[in-house]
Amino acid sequence: MTRSSDTHGSPRNDGNQHNGSSHDRGNAGDSLRALLAPTIDTRGNLREIILIPLAAVFMALLIGALIMMATSVEPHIILRSFVAMADGSVGSLNAISETLTASIPLVLAGLGIGLAFRAGLFNIGAEGQMVVGGLMAAVVSFSVTGLPMALHLPLVLVSGLLVGGLYAAIAGFLRAATGAHEVISTIMLNLISIRLLDYLLRQPFIQKEGRSDPISKAVLETAELPRLLSFIDPNLRLHFGLFLMLGAVILIYWLLYRSKLGFAFRISGENPDAARYAGIRAGLTIVIAMAIAGGLAGLAGAAQVTGVLGRATPGFTAGIGFDAIAVALLGRSHPVGILLAGVLFGALEAGGRQMQVDAGVSIDMISIIQALIIIFVAAPLLVKRIMPFLFADRPKEDADHG
Amino acid sequence: MNIELRGISKRFGSVQANRNISLDIRAGEVLGLLGENGAGKSTLMNVLSGLYQPDSGDILIDGTPVRFDGPGDSIAAGIGMVHQHFMLVPVFSVVENVILGVEPTGSADFLDLAAARDQVQAINARYGMDVPSDVLIEDLPVGIQQRVEILKVLFRSADVLILDEPTAVLTPQEVEAFFGIVRALRDAGKAIVFITHKLHEIIEIADKVSVLRQGEIVGGGVPSEFSEADLAEMMVGRPVSFSVGRGTATPGEDVLDLRDVTLVDAGLEVRLHQIAMSVRAGEIVGIAGVQGNGQTELVEAITGLAPVASGQVMFAGTDITASSVRQRHCMGIAHIPEDRQKSGMVSAFTVAENMVLNSYYDDSVARGVQIDWHRAEEQAAAACLKFDVRTPSVFLDAGGLSGGNQQKMVVARELERGVRLVVASQPTRGVDVGSIEFIHKQLVACRDAGNAVLIISSELDEILDLSDRIYVMYEGQITAEFDNSSSQADRGAIGLAMAGANRTAAA
Amino acid sequence: MADQTQMDPARLAASQPVANVTDWRRIISGFTLVMLAAIVLFLLDAPWDSVSTFRISRPRDTWAVGNLVVPSQLINTLAAIILAFLGTRLFLRGGGRWTGLSLGVGLIILAMAFLVWATAGKAISLTGMLQATVVRAVPIALAALGGILCERVAVINIAIEGMLLAGAFAGALFGSLMGGWAGIICAMLTGGVFGLLLAVLVITYRVDQIIAGVVINLFVLGLTSYVSSQVFAEFRWLNKATPFRAFKIPVLGDIPLIGPVLFNQNLFVYGALIMVTLSTYYLFYTRMGLRARAVGEHPRAADTLGIDVIKTRYAHVIAAGMVAGFGGAWFTLGSVGRFDENMTFGRGFIGLAAMIFGRWHPLGALAAALVFGFADSLQQKLSILNTPIPSEFLSMAPYIATIVVVAGLVGRARPPAAIGKAYTKD
Repeated sequence: MTRSSDTHGSPRNDGNQHNGSSHDRGNAGDSLRALLAPTIDTRGNLREIILIPLAAVFMALLIGALIMMATSVEPHIILRSFVAMADGSVGSLNAISETLTASIPLVLAGLGIGLAFRAGLFNIGAEGQMVVGGLMAAVVSFSVTGLPMALHLPLVLVSGLLVGGLYAAIAGFLRAATGAHEVISTIMLNLISIRLLDYLLRQPFIQKEGRSDPISKAVLETAELPRLLSFIDPNLRLHFGLFLMLGAVILIYWLLYRSKLGFAFRISGENPDAARYAGIRAGLTIVIAMAIAGGLAGLAGAAQVTGVLGRATPGFTAGIGFDAIAVALLGRSHPVGILLAGVLFGALEAGGRQMQVDAGVSIDMISIIQALIIIFVAAPLLVKRIMPFLFADRPKEDADHG
Repeated sequence: MNIELRGISKRFGSVQANRNISLDIRAGEVLGLLGENGAGKSTLMNVLSGLYQPDSGDILIDGTPVRFDGPGDSIAAGIGMVHQHFMLVPVFSVVENVILGVEPTGSADFLDLAAARDQVQAINARYGMDVPSDVLIEDLPVGIQQRVEILKVLFRSADVLILDEPTAVLTPQEVEAFFGIVRALRDAGKAIVFITHKLHEIIEIADKVSVLRQGEIVGGGVPSEFSEADLAEMMVGRPVSFSVGRGTATPGEDVLDLRDVTLVDAGLEVRLHQIAMSVRAGEIVGIAGVQGNGQTELVEAITGLAPVASGQVMFAGTDITASSVRQRHCMGIAHIPEDRQKSGMVSAFTVAENMVLNSYYDDSVARGVQIDWHRAEEQAAAACLKFDVRTPSVFLDAGGLSGGNQQKMVVARELERGVRLVVASQPTRGVDVGSIEFIHKQLVACRDAGNAVLIISSELDEILDLSDRIYVMYEGQITAEFDNSSSQADRGAIGLAMAGANRTAAA
Repeated sequence: MADQTQMDPARLAASQPVANVTDWRRIISGFTLVMLAAIVLFLLDAPWDSVSTFRISRPRDTWAVGNLVVPSQLINTLAAIILAFLGTRLFLRGGGRWTGLSLGVGLIILAMAFLVWATAGKAISLTGMLQATVVRAVPIALAALGGILCERVAVINIAIEGMLLAGAFAGALFGSLMGGWAGIICAMLTGGVFGLLLAVLVITYRVDQIIAGVVINLFVLGLTSYVSSQVFAEFRWLNKATPFRAFKIPVLGDIPLIGPVLFNQNLFVYGALIMVTLSTYYLFYTRMGLRARAVGEHPRAADTLGIDVIKTRYAHVIAAGMVAGFGGAWFTLGSVGRFDENMTFGRGFIGLAAMIFGRWHPLGALAAALVFGFADSLQQKLSILNTPIPSEFLSMAPYIATIVVVAGLVGRARPPAAIGKAYTKD
């Protein structure tokens, strides 16, 4: 948001009304300290960060209920679906395990998408990157034998990461070299990856022996992400990928806000012209950012295959790559926000499955709710218009600051 | 037609752009509206032309109050605005631009371009403007584009013409010709509002003057009753010195040397043709010329933003023609970009982050692959104090600063490192007078510290005030060089060179 | 001075080669064409004596015309030579504005060679193929047209895919309930509603245009899939619309080759052709069209001249939605009559590529859509012909073609200047 004051009135933020010469030498120390004091006015901001997503979720659930009514789902069933959603997401240890398990690939892919957003790129291709990454992980997992888990598992995960990164780098390269918008090229790459998966799953070296349907061989034990809670109950699916996810959050936070490369990404994302003038090489930045984003998505795919599915099948990514876009948007492209948003969506996913089982409502309802949440988060003014009472006593916008 | 503005007020957020303004615009009279950047002149005229609605106050035409709900109403009332930044669609032709909004049509909404062309050519001929009808705007030079803007206004039978900073893109000779057209229109009975921040133009062309400062009318009258110093003081609110008082320079070795540099753009058109120029340590060199004659490309060639097709760029004896932007930064070339919001800063970033925009990767703030934000913030605070960047905190978004403070921030960032050459492109565009003075002083100080300073500006006064030597550019070539060490350069001769009157033919 | 139209006289000296500028587009395009030539020459070879037969007339045609018989390998060798020539020329000298055209021509030649090779020793109906081309081009052309209406007023419309899907859904549902015509009208209205939603989000609430588009797509996908699985599964009669049959225009429909292809099609083909013609007239020959284009290029200039930027954008985005709704209805009411989840499967995005390919001009987009349609029907024919290439790769062809087109053309083709930016009065 730029506020050019060239056509408006007096210069703003004139902290001191001195004209001509600057501050006294004697007060230099005080002035320095004043400049370095962290800004206040976080209260107004905090309200925005917490209230808007909450309001968005609430309104999305409400509209979801309305849609259910419109498709002649009886009120008591609607109630039962919401209860089932709550139960399935946080109602038991199993539910929490399911929620976290579902959030792992969402957060990983979402981090990649969020990073790309920060660099000014729209990576809609997370789904395709997950497909190729997951497939690669599967292939490496059953092709390489005789390695101990300490070597095999990292190898599998890294291979998924690399392939996902390369796949995204294609789109990055096209954008850098020819200006082809990565939205269209990543979407096309998604569609291509689906066909590719179909084809490869029928190839002898990938296809499970003795089967004629497209399904890969099983992941070897040494390449499986171990379950974390098997000492309580071996059926709890939460796996080691949880630590990958948390590690990735920390890593991406550090990358974006503490590292030189991340700063370069952020400059390119906010103002590509200024980035160019600052000497940042636009093409290289684009390719690297896409590669990292793709690598995270590929890792997500690898984690799904080795931690949950145990094999690759057509459609094994189940739209997670697209949901991850929603997660990144909801999390405002900030690593911590993405973590929270990813867990929320994981909860919706787990709860949705329970809802489908318990109340018989199609799980697609979850997609609707997710999309609605995003719409409301992306248009906070819309939320304020619909629910003005939540924001009634915000400080007025045109109060003078200093 | 006479127009009266009574008590007009307009506010944007926390800024009172116009406060209780009353103005008389009379037929057959040129009213000069004087004010520095940010005083509220454009806002006032946008209210008059219907783009904005005033918060309070009245507009009266021949004594009757009127209300404009949009530009269409004001145009219909006979008010024509010629904007400072042209409102022309680059990919449309002259005719299409002129008729936009009042197009002649046939049946089925068919656009009657033939009839339009005839009408436009009639006006063209009547006022002697000579503008080709079917050429695309983007293919026309800036001076001709301005005439298209005037054509637009005349096509709509305007009785009141508002001219917003019209001479920004004209050479001194073209300004004289332009004034001739203005006088002709006035004598034909039109009312003219002439908005400018240039004092000598007001004194020359205006019959009456009103001075605007920080949103209010602070004075006015007949221009001949005031001196330039009086008007300047009204404009700024305090006595103003016109000259930076730069003293003599002691130039040393060549720091920058361009040898036969030719630059071609993406469409394979030549933008710089065999440029040969130099800047020495301890001197300020100014590039004069109407914008669009290759100055931008010259800066790009020097800073490394655009590749050079042939020729060499030498920096302190080293050939840097193939060096990247970053390498040139590290060697000591600083660049103050001509459009600070577009290329010089990131509005959404804090002041501290902006201060390290092109130093974040080197040892001053980086440690390994990380940025030491603590150090960056401390350095930013110190720089703000030193360069008079008025902000309550370094953690404030830079977009919230005024234009002058934003520019000072950019200047601070560029001059604070170890530099040997400063390339300053339009360094005081859109900046208030106080900040202009400060930035000028900083540039002179930089020179006196033994560095080389290159200034590109379309404000001839600024070039004359600051430069020790002046090159003039026209159509991608250097057409003249003037010595200005004792401030004796001939303004008229420079003007002729700016218009290409004395250039040698391209071999 | 008054007659100067160009800025620099030194253009005389401009024929020096540009040393330091790497034109990646030229290199990639040139390389691609040479690769294609190699593919044609080495992979698509046939015995020298075989011929490809293309049937033109059909058994029940009024006038019978003979078959087109071509020597397969000769044609393909020629094709390879042309491709190699174009490719090396591009690679070495750069094409300037011919890059796009060369790429386009190259793709066409490749497609032709493919077809000739696959038909070697066999016979296929050329007429049938061209007929299928036109049919398959319809949704793409309509999607592209929807994109053009939006982007010409500087609103990026990624949501075309969602609008198509919504139109398909509404067409099936209301077509089953109230008959085909009602289905079409409801499809257009549904598309218009989502156009309105996009307009509200990006114009009034200034949401980023790409994000809004992606979100609408997600929403439509979710909503249509939900209703499809929740309701249609149980109440099958809600998803059983009767598709529109083709009808022949008398006399014109009997012309060999052109007749069946252009004048013996269903309502959607005729509708698409009419819409394309009307849009071209509107955009380039009317007053309102001039204003609309001005809004897209320089909204502030238009505003200062009294043109209502907001209203213009709203109107065009809603109209685009309606066009896309009509295009979506083709998927159900124009072919199978039944709605399946996600049945548009990327066609909306291919439409956007066609829009870019056609330089934001309705006729250009139609031509581009025909190219994509040809690729689509080619892929179908080839899988019927039992070519050794796996069908999965064939079905990737339109997507790869899209990438190639977008990569090869985008820099050259200029979208309306104000694209992607919300308009603020400030």
